[in-house]
Amino acid sequence: MEAVIRVEGLGKTYKSGLVALDHVDLEVKRGEIFALLGPNGAGKTTLISVVCGIVNPTRGRVLVDGHDVVREYKAARKKIGLVPQELATDAFESVVDTVTFSRGLFGKAPNPGHIEQVLKSLSLWDKRKSKIIELSGGMKRRVLIAKALAHEPEILFLDEPTAGVDVELRRDMWKLIGRLRETGVTIILTTHYIEEAEEMADRVGVIDKGRLILVEEKHALMRKLGKRKLTLTLAEPLAAVPAALGEWDLSLADEGHSLVYTFDAKAERTGIPSLLRKMQEEGIAFSDLDASKSSLEDIFVDLVRKDGR
Amino acid sequence: MNLHGVWAIYRFEMARGLRTLWQTLVAPVLTTALYFIVFGGAIGSRMQDIGGVDYGAFIVPGLIMLTVLTQSISNASFGIYFPKFSKTIFEILSAPVSPLEVVTGYVGAAATKSVVIGAIILITSTFFVDVEVAHPAAMIAFLFLTAITFSLFGFIIGIWAEGFEQLSFIPILVVTPLTFLGGAFYSIDMLPPLWRTVSLFNPVVYLVSGFRWSFFGQGDVSIGLSLGLTAAFLGLCLVIVTWMFRTGYRLKA
Repeated sequence: MEAVIRVEGLGKTYKSGLVALDHVDLEVKRGEIFALLGPNGAGKTTLISVVCGIVNPTRGRVLVDGHDVVREYKAARKKIGLVPQELATDAFESVVDTVTFSRGLFGKAPNPGHIEQVLKSLSLWDKRKSKIIELSGGMKRRVLIAKALAHEPEILFLDEPTAGVDVELRRDMWKLIGRLRETGVTIILTTHYIEEAEEMADRVGVIDKGRLILVEEKHALMRKLGKRKLTLTLAEPLAAVPAALGEWDLSLADEGHSLVYTFDAKAERTGIPSLLRKMQEEGIAFSDLDASKSSLEDIFVDLVRKDGR
Repeated sequence: MNLHGVWAIYRFEMARGLRTLWQTLVAPVLTTALYFIVFGGAIGSRMQDIGGVDYGAFIVPGLIMLTVLTQSISNASFGIYFPKFSKTIFEILSAPVSPLEVVTGYVGAAATKSVVIGAIILITSTFFVDVEVAHPAAMIAFLFLTAITFSLFGFIIGIWAEGFEQLSFIPILVVTPLTFLGGAFYSIDMLPPLWRTVSLFNPVVYLVSGFRWSFFGQGDVSIGLSLGLTAAFLGLCLVIVTWMFRTGYRLKA
């Protein structure tokens, strides 16, 4: 698939001397959902801000559908919708006015039908005449999403969209994102909720200290870096891992009632059959067994730690 | 040209003015009526004519200028400062609008409001004194030029300001004194020679004088000089605004 966003050698050093982005190269493919993961202050928001034109890059360049975001900013920005992390909304305007304003600002002719459809899809239609200041935080978040969608963008940035959002809105939002993807919209999101990236994203990028540590197709990433665990519930608790089982990576859990075997998911030989045979020889009986894959979160924590913290 | 974008900003700003109609229109009109009662009615009756013009009528152009100046500055500065304060500026910065389009929207709306207020004050004044306008076209042109120039100046202050104190600092500490000392209520010919010379360094003198010329066919300085200096100030403001957007000064990191 072709790249809709190309980030080339991007660097941003703030006036304070803080290096927020340090030579970032990234391609986002058309129509995909790309999740950007990273701890606070890693540079996620700065990266989004440079692409959207809110922050000037220090080095490098960004192309949106072939348009340089600095030199051909109009062509680039027309394609982008941005939902910021902060709940920055107007206060005294009505919901429908502020969403209509956004559409005009992005250079689109009025289209009440589209505004209606956006408001309905975000359950804002009943509140369209309310002043924004009267809305709850979750409703304001919906308004920000509606504003970003008002001009029918081809690319949608969601910066921490589900931070501090209730379960219902989170569910609505994922449904909406699913629908947008079906219409061909490219979605880039940052999140702290790794299970969201795991559930929704096609590809994942991990950023830390302004550097993009890796970009990988999500399933490949989990296959490549994922560890698997086999948990055996023992019939009789053990005080320590028996020396005879020393060649496997074993640990005890649940006060000796469970034996946990961690193994590399990509290895050809898992070592499970031999472990089970050996246990039988040693007379260690188990009543149940359970296998699990490590989550993206485990992988992520592992990566960031390796990066030198 | 993103005309939809310009129109969106213009309408947004005009709607803000309509929401606060009391503050936008009624307050300046009331203030001006008070000036007429005090300066025109109470004190004016004891003042002699200035250059053959009745004192009550003489202060009309000065009063309109005083209001148009302060309203242009406060309206335009607040219009751009508030989105910075509430952080909604992100949307303007991320939108496909050029600096010229942003300025046209904000400054156009602020100037429109100022011109409307100026017109209302002129109408109000006819209830108190007889006012005749010698050069209507020049009067309207001067009114627009002033409203646009000082709305642009206010826009610059709004971008520059980093707090509400700074936002009111320039209007209160610089513009109001300059306007009062700019001959709004007197002719600078009435001042001692030294202060007359000092007054010539006050840019507001040229505005008030030029505007007064359009009413009575006479001013403290020539109309050409008035127009020239106002246009020069407009040019200076345009250069500053262009520089602000080009560098992202206090707008972008």
